[in-house]
This record gives sequence, structure tokens and C-alpha cells, in this order.
Amino acid sequence: MTMLTITNLQATVADKPILKGLSLTINPGEIHAIMGPNGAGKSTLGYTLGGRPGYEVTGGSVDFDGQDLLELEPYERAAAGLFLGFQYPVEIPGVSFVQFLREAANAQRKGRGEEPLSGGEFLKLAREKAGLLRMDMDMLKRPVNVGFSGGEKKRAEMVQMGILNPKLAILDETDSGLDIDALRICGEGINAIMRSVDKAVLLITHYQRLLDYVKPDFVHVLAGGRIVKTGGADLALRLEEEGYEAVVQETA
Amino acid sequence: MNVELTLPSRKHEDFRYSDIEALRGLWPILPEEIDVADGEEASHQIVETGADAVARQLTITLGKGAKFDLRVLTAGPAFGRIAVDVRLGEGADFTLGAAQLATGSETLEIVTEVTHTALNATSAQIIRTVLAGHSTGTYLGRIAVERGAEGTDAEQSVRAMLLDRTATANARPELEIYADDVKAAHGCAVGELDANGLFYLMSRGLTPPQAKRLMLQAFIAEAFTGAAGEEALSEAAIARLEAIL
Repeated sequence: MTMLTITNLQATVADKPILKGLSLTINPGEIHAIMGPNGAGKSTLGYTLGGRPGYEVTGGSVDFDGQDLLELEPYERAAAGLFLGFQYPVEIPGVSFVQFLREAANAQRKGRGEEPLSGGEFLKLAREKAGLLRMDMDMLKRPVNVGFSGGEKKRAEMVQMGILNPKLAILDETDSGLDIDALRICGEGINAIMRSVDKAVLLITHYQRLLDYVKPDFVHVLAGGRIVKTGGADLALRLEEEGYEAVVQETA
Repeated sequence: MNVELTLPSRKHEDFRYSDIEALRGLWPILPEEIDVADGEEASHQIVETGADAVARQLTITLGKGAKFDLRVLTAGPAFGRIAVDVRLGEGADFTLGAAQLATGSETLEIVTEVTHTALNATSAQIIRTVLAGHSTGTYLGRIAVERGAEGTDAEQSVRAMLLDRTATANARPELEIYADDVKAAHGCAVGELDANGLFYLMSRGLTPPQAKRLMLQAFIAEAFTGAAGEEALSEAAIARLEAIL
């Protein structure tokens, strides 16, 4: 069974059409990368799949693990196993990561009819995942993302992914704002958490460098709200060398 | 000595937004007097979580170097008015942390008059108001710095969160200063929950009420930080937030 089937998806933001008939199928065990020029609709794809208010679906369908994804509220999508990594993680003063993530993890478990994690169980899990991303537990006791550097925010996103243990992670420009070491740590984190026969990843990125660490099975080029070209990992290298324009025109 | 208080009238601008009929029903009220002697420290909590209308008046006098910490939670009454008059002596310190949470057609108000009468006294007020439905939340805060009260440091931080566009928040900080070398800071903001923050929390699996409750809990937390009964105050506030959301 496929994990995610997007069929002819159309979406608008503030009445402006952004996605114009996007189709994509992701199977368990696969890592897909979506690349494309600014304004192609990459982030819109992530937000639309996450259910962000203001991103209106005007056509097409999305099946996630046998469920109509578009019918689900954002929190139900999370409980169903979808994780959206934010390009700009939001700062929430006054709310600690530990409290927020424990509530989130238990809300998801409740949604799936599972027992909640105790405080001790949760802290053990959080410590383990923070360790994967070389993040100090003390940072998770601080308010969500407040005062974090760009790289720390992205690592914290990956820690959240590790704790919430999704089936499908959609990672929107997780590589932006990272220095070389943080990029490697995040890449290794993605592999450790998501490389599995029953999980899948959709990486949304501008650059090929993250793909050095997280080798994709498929690379798609998104332009003008559609996927205009699909290839293997070598396509990302070609894009890096020749630019989007050349590769996109070739198909047109 | 109890002084009989005069019922505030609607002509008085301060009460334009109040529920005067509800207040009349409670009148007359007797002021509760608190005196903190020179060099002493004291604290007090007011927690009004019942549904009945309530109006209270605290008259507080702080001696030289006295410290007083007051925390207020009004969350439940159909009409709730907490009025606080404080007179600070030399070097005295007054802290107020207050949260009022309302829904339906409830009217809650906090009315303070903080008078610095002598040198180097400090006061800090933190007021957080959460309003849903057609409720009204008001803060009227007057700071008076008398002649001779040089070195005064007075702060007001007033914030209100509207959960529905039909709710009303009023905030009126007021300063009357007759001394030099005075620090008086006031910040005042009325807003709505940050939509980006809410989506972020919900994308991690929190239901809409859970996400809002978490953000509101953080919003009011500052009013109770450092209080002797911080945990109990937070729990009572969270219980009311869960009922409101």
C-alpha cells in the first residue's frame, strides 16, 4: 500500500492559485526530495498537507495511509502519523518544550487509543532523541524556540520528530539557516529517526547539500505549482550544476 | 475604622463599562484593611472562582520599608470587581499580579490606586485578562506620586487577550506625578492568540482547545510567578480556561 497519494492537487492562498494540479506518490521506505525555484509552491505544498488555515484546497485529493487527509484537522493529521517540519519554527514564550511535547505526544496517543506516557517515560524518550541531535536536555526545559539560534530551532524540530515518531515527515527547508556541522547532525538525525521500511520522508529543499547526508530515492522538480520532472538522486546534482531554468525548459 | 464607600456612579467615566446594576446589588461593601508595619513583609491572595457576583475593596497601607505581595484570580463570577487602594511609605514595595478570566456576558474589573507618599518606594502591577464570548474585562489603574516621593519606581504591565471579537477589553493606566526623579513605566496591549503559534502546536497533535489553553496558560503565568501559592493559582486558572475554551 502506498503511504501518500497526491492526485491533481490544486490549492490557493489568498485566492491566488499556487498548486495547479500536483500529483505525487510516496511508498513506505522511500525518501523523496522536492526542489524548485522560489515561488514554485514548495512551502505551500507542505502547509497544505499540514492543514494550515489559509491554504485552501480547490481540487484534487490526498490519500494518507488509506485516509482522506484533506478531511482531517491538523491535530488529526498529526495523530494519523504526519509530521510537518517548519521552515521557520514558531517561538512560544512561556510554554516549555517538555510540557508542550509531552502534551502533544499524549494527545496523539489518545487519538490512536493508546495509553499516555508517564512523566518518567516521556523524559527518557526526550533525552534519547535529544541525544541523537546532540541537544542538551536543558534546552528542552526552555520556552519553545525562544532565544534559539536558527540551527538550534531546526535541531529542535528533529528532536520533536523523534519524540512524536511519525510515519511520514514533510520537512520544509530543514537545511536553511544551518551551518555545516548542524546540517550534518540534522541529516544524520533524519536518517536515524526516519530511515525505516514503514516510514517515509518528503524533503522540501532549495539545495542539494542536505541530500549528501539524506540520500533521496526520488527527486522531483516543482515549478509553477506542478511537478515538472522526476528523477533519482543524480537529478539534484544536475540541478545544482545547470540550474532550474535549464532543467525545467528541457521538459517543457 | 471603616469608612463607608460611595457607590461609583455611571457618570464617572471609570464606570462607563461596568455593570453598575450588579454593583448596586452588592452595595454597600466594607473595605478590607491591611496594614503592613515598618520593615514587615506580608502577602495575600484573592481567589474568586464562584459564579456569584462579588465586589471587594482592599485598603492597604505600607509602612517604611514594608513589602506586600498581592495576587488576584477572578475567574467565574458573573460580575467581579476587585478594587485595591495602596499607600506606600518610604522605601516600601508593592507587587500585584492579577488574572481575570471571563466568558458569556460576565463583567470583571480590577481597579487600583497606588499612591507613593514618600521617597524610594517601588510598585509593580501585572494584569492579565482573558475574555471570551460577550464578556467585558477592565483594568483601571491610577498611580499617584505625591510631592516628596522622589525616587519612585512604578510599573504597570497590562495585557488582555480576546478569544472572540465580541468580547471587550478596557485598559486605562493613569499617572499623576508631583515629584521629580520618578520612574513610571506602563505597557498596555490588547490582542488575539497568535495564529502561527496555534497552528504550530496543533500540527504537533494538540487539539484546538489544548493549544489555546497552553498559550493562555503561558499568557497569564507572569501574573502568578513567584507567588507563594503559584501552583494552586495556576491550577485554578487552568480549570477555568478549560471551561471557557
